[in-house]
Amino acid sequence: MALKRFSVLDLLGLNLKEHDSLDLRCICGRRGLVRDITIPDLNRPGLALSGFYDSFAYQRVQLFGRGEVAYLNKIIAEGRTETIQQLFSYQLPCCIFTHSLEPPQAFIDMAEETGCPVLQTGLESSEFSSRLLRIMSNIFAPKISIHGVLVEVYGLGILILGDSGVGKSETALELIERGHRLVADDVVEISCVNGNVLIGQGANKIIGHHMEIRGLGIINITQLYGVGSIRERKEVQIVAKLEEWDANKVYDRLGTEALTMEILGVQVPKLEIPVKPGRNVPIILETAAMNERLKSMGYFSAKEFNQNVLKWIETDSARAPYYSVDDSY
Amino acid sequence: MTTKTVTIKNRAGIHARPAALIAQTANRFASEILIEREETRINAKSIMGIITMAASYNTQLTIRADGADEKEAVGAIEALFENKFEED
Repeated sequence: MALKRFSVLDLLGLNLKEHDSLDLRCICGRRGLVRDITIPDLNRPGLALSGFYDSFAYQRVQLFGRGEVAYLNKIIAEGRTETIQQLFSYQLPCCIFTHSLEPPQAFIDMAEETGCPVLQTGLESSEFSSRLLRIMSNIFAPKISIHGVLVEVYGLGILILGDSGVGKSETALELIERGHRLVADDVVEISCVNGNVLIGQGANKIIGHHMEIRGLGIINITQLYGVGSIRERKEVQIVAKLEEWDANKVYDRLGTEALTMEILGVQVPKLEIPVKPGRNVPIILETAAMNERLKSMGYFSAKEFNQNVLKWIETDSARAPYYSVDDSY
Repeated sequence: MTTKTVTIKNRAGIHARPAALIAQTANRFASEILIEREETRINAKSIMGIITMAASYNTQLTIRADGADEKEAVGAIEALFENKFEED
């Protein structure tokens, strides 16, 4: 799924709290708020202000800290405003002043004239940069929306996939009943953060944590099971594909071979779970989650078991010459 | 693959009842049926997915079906849109 346009106004409108807050306000150039931010990065325009415009990264958000503002004041006082004019001749997405610094009046006038939005934040430059980069990398992360259910089981994010009617929602419902958490039902929006972490969440906040169960209709999980039974987002750590039991298909009986599924270029461990009446899928998923946690702690049940068998065979064959069948004591 | 672009003609848009109608109709067919709105693409057999699109009056959607009975499937769903989901 491609990203829709992301304008400066969208940046101001983000609902970010506490340690994510950007504390932004627009001080001038409002008509430029519709300008798009196309690159999730920022630039300190110090070099540009000094008149060096080669390789100027004008598509990025321009960040003005104490140094830049001091320099602006100096050149404006000296009447050298050509470099500022040249700065505004580019289609900048926006200029942001940190430390709640006020830009000089001449700068505001030029911004207003060219329709370049100027924002202000109370944060320090370094803190603001790291927050902005983190937030923008999430916004610009590649996204895909997948038909499935995302649940958290024993702290592990399991994405349940399968054809319509195979019992994804029913499986998730029983897991919730057993004290696990629902992240998203039906439409799971997955974004790839940092290139290797898949974060899944519901596609639409308004719809929240509802589920559709055949025979019951739409139910509200938050109201039925309480806030403890839901989560807003969770990393996708295992994919469990439910499928109708196929007598001709060979299912993994040992658990030593590792299947994976690629989502947005990330390989995620995959389980193929055949479903048939009388098979308790939620218990299988609970066990799969615990087994996966054991693996991440360095204990691989299937391999460990096989090692033991091999050891036993070895010692047995080593003993064999001494204990032959015709031995009579 | 059969594709068809439809416009929502009932005033209320696709709320819970039309969504249920679409999902029920889609479930009668074996083909894989998808509905697209701009860049979001959802499975037409899931009610929550259809509601999540929050498609309002005059929105254009694309129905895509792939499988043995794709033509009938697209036809049946298109008919629902044409009938304004028996509303208005």
